Amino acid sequence: MSEAIEASTTRATEPDRLAARARRSRWLPVLLSPVGAGAGIGLFLLLILAVFGPAVWRKRAEQADVAHMLQGPSAAHWAGTDNLGRDLFARVMVATRLSVELALTATVIAVVAGFCLGAAGFVLGRRANRAVAAVVNVAVAFPGILLALFFAVIFGVGAKGAVLAIGFAGAPAFARLTQTLVAGVEKRDFVAAAHVAGIGRPRVLLRHVLPNIAEPLIVNATIGAGGAFLSFASLSFLGLGVQAPRYDWGRLLGDGLTGIYTQPVAALAPGIAVILAGLAFNLFGEALAKGVGVTATINRPIRGRIRPPVGVPAAPDRPAGAEVTGEADDVLSVQGLTVSFASAAGRVHPVRGVDFRLGRGEAVGIVGESGSGKSLTALAIAQLIEPPGQVRAGQLRFLGHDLLAEPAHRNRRLLGTSLALVFQDPMTSFNPTRRIGSQLAEVGRRHGGLSRRAAAARVVDRLRSVRVPAAERRARQYPHEYSGGMRQRAMIGMGLMGSPALIIADEPTTALDVTVQRQVLDLLQSIRAADGVSLLLISHDIAVVGQVCDRVLVMYAGRIIEELPASALARDSRHPYTRALIAAVPHMQTDRDRPLAVIPGRAPDPAEVPPGCAFAPRCPLASEQCRSSEPPLLADAQGRRVACWHADQVTAGQAGPTIGTPNGARA
Amino acid sequence: MSELRFDDVRIHYGSRRHGLPAVQGVDLSVPSGQIVGLVGESGSGKSSLARAAVGLEPLSGGQILLDGRPIPRRGRNRPVQLVFQDPYSSLDPRLTIGASIAETLPRGTGRSGRRAEVNRLLELVELDPALAAGYPARLSGGQRQRVALARALAARPEVIIADEITSALDVSVQGTVLNLVRSLQAELGTSMLFISHNLAVVRYLATQLAVMYLGRIVEQGPTEAVLRDPQHPYTRDLLASVPELGGVRVEPVAAGPAEADPPDPHQPPPGCPYHPRCPIGPLVRPERELCRTSRPEPVHRHQAACHFAGAANAQPLSVLTGGDRRESA
Amino acid sequence: MTSLAVPARSIGAVLNNSWVSFGLRRAGRLVVSLWVLVTASFLMIHLIPGDPVRAALGIGAPPSLVQARRHALGLDQPLLSQYLHYLHGVLTGDFGISMTSELPVSEIISQRLPATLALSLLAFLVALLIAVPLGTGLGVLTRGGRARGAELAFTTASAIFGAIPDFLAGVLLVWLFAVRLHWFPVAGRGGPSSYVLPVLALAIGPGAVLARILRVELLAVLQQDFVRTARAKRLPALAIYLKHALPNALTSTITLGGLLLSVMVAGTVLVENVFAWPGLGSTIVSSILDKDYPVVQAVVLVYGFGVLLVNLAVDIALALLDPRSTIREA
Repeated sequence: MSEAIEASTTRATEPDRLAARARRSRWLPVLLSPVGAGAGIGLFLLLILAVFGPAVWRKRAEQADVAHMLQGPSAAHWAGTDNLGRDLFARVMVATRLSVELALTATVIAVVAGFCLGAAGFVLGRRANRAVAAVVNVAVAFPGILLALFFAVIFGVGAKGAVLAIGFAGAPAFARLTQTLVAGVEKRDFVAAAHVAGIGRPRVLLRHVLPNIAEPLIVNATIGAGGAFLSFASLSFLGLGVQAPRYDWGRLLGDGLTGIYTQPVAALAPGIAVILAGLAFNLFGEALAKGVGVTATINRPIRGRIRPPVGVPAAPDRPAGAEVTGEADDVLSVQGLTVSFASAAGRVHPVRGVDFRLGRGEAVGIVGESGSGKSLTALAIAQLIEPPGQVRAGQLRFLGHDLLAEPAHRNRRLLGTSLALVFQDPMTSFNPTRRIGSQLAEVGRRHGGLSRRAAAARVVDRLRSVRVPAAERRARQYPHEYSGGMRQRAMIGMGLMGSPALIIADEPTTALDVTVQRQVLDLLQSIRAADGVSLLLISHDIAVVGQVCDRVLVMYAGRIIEELPASALARDSRHPYTRALIAAVPHMQTDRDRPLAVIPGRAPDPAEVPPGCAFAPRCPLASEQCRSSEPPLLADAQGRRVACWHADQVTAGQAGPTIGTPNGARA
Repeated sequence: MSELRFDDVRIHYGSRRHGLPAVQGVDLSVPSGQIVGLVGESGSGKSSLARAAVGLEPLSGGQILLDGRPIPRRGRNRPVQLVFQDPYSSLDPRLTIGASIAETLPRGTGRSGRRAEVNRLLELVELDPALAAGYPARLSGGQRQRVALARALAARPEVIIADEITSALDVSVQGTVLNLVRSLQAELGTSMLFISHNLAVVRYLATQLAVMYLGRIVEQGPTEAVLRDPQHPYTRDLLASVPELGGVRVEPVAAGPAEADPPDPHQPPPGCPYHPRCPIGPLVRPERELCRTSRPEPVHRHQAACHFAGAANAQPLSVLTGGDRRESA
Repeated sequence: MTSLAVPARSIGAVLNNSWVSFGLRRAGRLVVSLWVLVTASFLMIHLIPGDPVRAALGIGAPPSLVQARRHALGLDQPLLSQYLHYLHGVLTGDFGISMTSELPVSEIISQRLPATLALSLLAFLVALLIAVPLGTGLGVLTRGGRARGAELAFTTASAIFGAIPDFLAGVLLVWLFAVRLHWFPVAGRGGPSSYVLPVLALAIGPGAVLARILRVELLAVLQQDFVRTARAKRLPALAIYLKHALPNALTSTITLGGLLLSVMVAGTVLVENVFAWPGLGSTIVSSILDKDYPVVQAVVLVYGFGVLLVNLAVDIALALLDPRSTIREA
């Protein structure tokens, strides 16, 4: 479940339904956004003008009136007249058709030539690909106007030459874009699957690659069309573009510029037309890009992320559950923690009322599958959720300090030294442009008041304590020079720069090999033993949590549905989900003659949590009561908690309910 | 119904000096109609092996044979198919499910024949045939993997290679796919190479087990035997690292050298590739210089490639000991 | 092989140093690009349909004159020897004689180059000075969907400014500030005040685009995991932006900055024509119109070389900023 940002297409993740729904109606929001609507209208007007302009204004545009040459704007001639007394406004209107035709033709040439060049490498194989890439790299280095001049020399002045020149000048950029896009799609497994099926390269290109890169290409083509207007204007201004008696905006601009100081409107009118047309295409392309979830990449770096809009939803009513009785020296005390976002699908609460406490030296694990809200819980506790996410809690105390009441900067030192965080992906959790040593030293200097030398010494000491070999040398290295396991250990070391009372580890070993995982978990255990540090471990791997932690919280659909000691996990869990989860994980003694246990159905999307118990649709014990009202999280005498109306039917020793038959199960 | 054999396979990426020797002489055989599990961690080369078997990577040495004949690398007849790890990347989002599956069908089936076949395949993987007209965006990870399986089956393969097909799935869904794989394999008799880093999953499915480390197979044999009595210290390390619920943590034979990280596959160590981490190797017992200089041959039990496999100090690791073991459901 | 092992090992050690291999790779690429550039500028003349000399001299020119001119330009030699001659000329700095002015082309270039250089470098600096604070500031302001109004205003304004072609901007600036307000001279290169309008004309468009891109980049970087780590370390906001976010946003911004510098270098072609600036830009246009091909060839070469140098500088800056880029394969 590690993440990878795709080149230009939307990133797909497990809870994909929101995104899928958004994708279905994505053209409409484009037209409804202010920028998209404005640009869309502009384009439409442009089209109308191009088609009907000559019919309406040609006569006026050709009508020479020598008596009124080079006049300024007046009621009769809105933009004045040119050196033959012709109405300039009419000429600008008529010129629309030629300008639009030329610009669009040049864009088409650029896109087609660029695409063919860029895709050639894919069809012809690896060596050819490299050669083409080299040529394109050289060509792309040259700005458009230079290339256009180069081609203008070859193709000659005039409309045809200009179109070819600007078209071919724009091709390298599209070739480069195509190459990047193709490379991104090529990495995806469905292309490999097509190769494995024996489908020839040209067919793979047309069937698989092209449809998946069409969108970014179109968006960039639209923006490119905007640029084409400017290019034509430039060439004509230099006298290399459209020649008399034909005229486009560029030509009019060039003619008007000679008399700019006496009759500025003669140049301003076509100039404004050029700018407006270019803007309309540019802005429409950008609106398209945003709406479709693609970042225009011709001149931009390649990244994209969909963000939910801002909003302040109210938390839903919580059923009265067991109050968490905090104790004086608790490290962490959480009550009624809720995290919410406002999204396209309405108010969403990925975490819906979490209560628990964590004592000194204790290790508590939070277990759940994707969508359970466990990671967000950890982030919320660590105060790392930014708007548009909203965190609400009845109580959130860390080492006795109320994290909610005081403004953030008061708690900075406390959190910076007493709370250590370890995140899932060690590769991306460090700043790639700074050395590891300096990133660790930051903590010491900021919060510990250490001098540079003292901080550096402490860095080496901490790296040694987390068993990074050759610590002094390693401190001067960059993150990419570390292996994954070592990076995680460095991450832990960073947390140990202060003297943490609590380590919150969010899936710290998910991205690591199992042998490295053991070392990292051992390290966490030894830190606990040595300094009495508490641990909050979040994982989807129930075996890991069971092995490392004293107590386990099981989360489902944003709530804690069971809390039990780790020793009771194997045989003594009460909630049907917990039992089903444990039964579903194959282990080294799983009976090989029976099918694996399975939980039918899917965990609910945070936007679609059903009323009542969230697990009811998948639970064999579900009754009407389960479907209509949510069971509260109730404690028993030993302090274990379960949120299930039928928990008493699932007592210790009894075999878990048979959940799901393998054949015929439609997950 | 065929045997897939890897014969001294070598795969080298990049230049001689700076490249990556992903696979360095692998001999592995998948007997006809059986599931062979291939276990290894990152950098072991198992994915490269899989990709080479279906023609996605060129071989630098050795050969891969199906029933003694080389596997066709071009053309529509591909008797070895591959199912990929990432369910969100293995299906073209622009093609319907039916079209994705039909792509692999052998040429010559008419339109209605194709549709019937697609329906049959969807039912085989326990999915509603009505899904054929829909798009992948609608499906969950587990469902997508089943479609990927159907697509592989459409080519009527003799061998299917499954490369970490459940690693990206949620635990509660994993079982569906694994059960399906087991029942399909039993029903169709297809040979299968099942690659995973998860020992428990491989143990459940495979009758033979091979362990890979840094491009070489360090131990292979019947699954039960290898897991009950591992000969190679790396296999023991793997077994000891599997977190087990509700039992005594299995300790490795001896503590390995402190925090030795997995070495860089670009620069494999000389001699035995495992010696920098080996708990019975030269870092712990300095007299065992042999491990540093000479590459072990697979001559011991389970073809374990270790100079000191089964030697005196290496007690067999019993995975079945330990207290409170739970029954399976 | 063993006898070569020792020296091979030390060569290997040197080659393994990522900086050295990076430098060698980059230098290799530069040489290849230069060769392509030189060849392209050579071919330019020969790709022109028809006879360039006749076109330059006019239709009515006597054949003997055409013949003599062809011989003078070496156009009657076989293609390969012309190419070698040209290469030799480029390497020794001899670019031939201008057909219109009869002056050595190298002299023309050395006269006009400083003006263009001054203009483009100054414009680049100004664009940076506009873009970096504006883009960064707005990125911080609009992160996480805040200040929607400011975001819209900035996006639209920067789009408008970016859409105005540089020569048009120049013309508008001249009309407003020189003709109407008389604050600055209308044209020509003279004292400091004569630089203001041309530099602004060149810098405004690219500056606006760069600010825009920098903002988007910063927002993207703020979403990255290591920024979350920095926040987890409870560093003050300023430290997070300046020490963690900005350097990573700069990485792709520098790439684009390089692109923009190239655009600016090319923009001098147009702006110089607006302001009658005595640089290479006005030279190349007049040469194209006069069909003075040796000059055109040489100026294209000079511009191209400038662009390649800019790319090299960008690569070096990137390597200094992001150590991973030295390892990335060419």
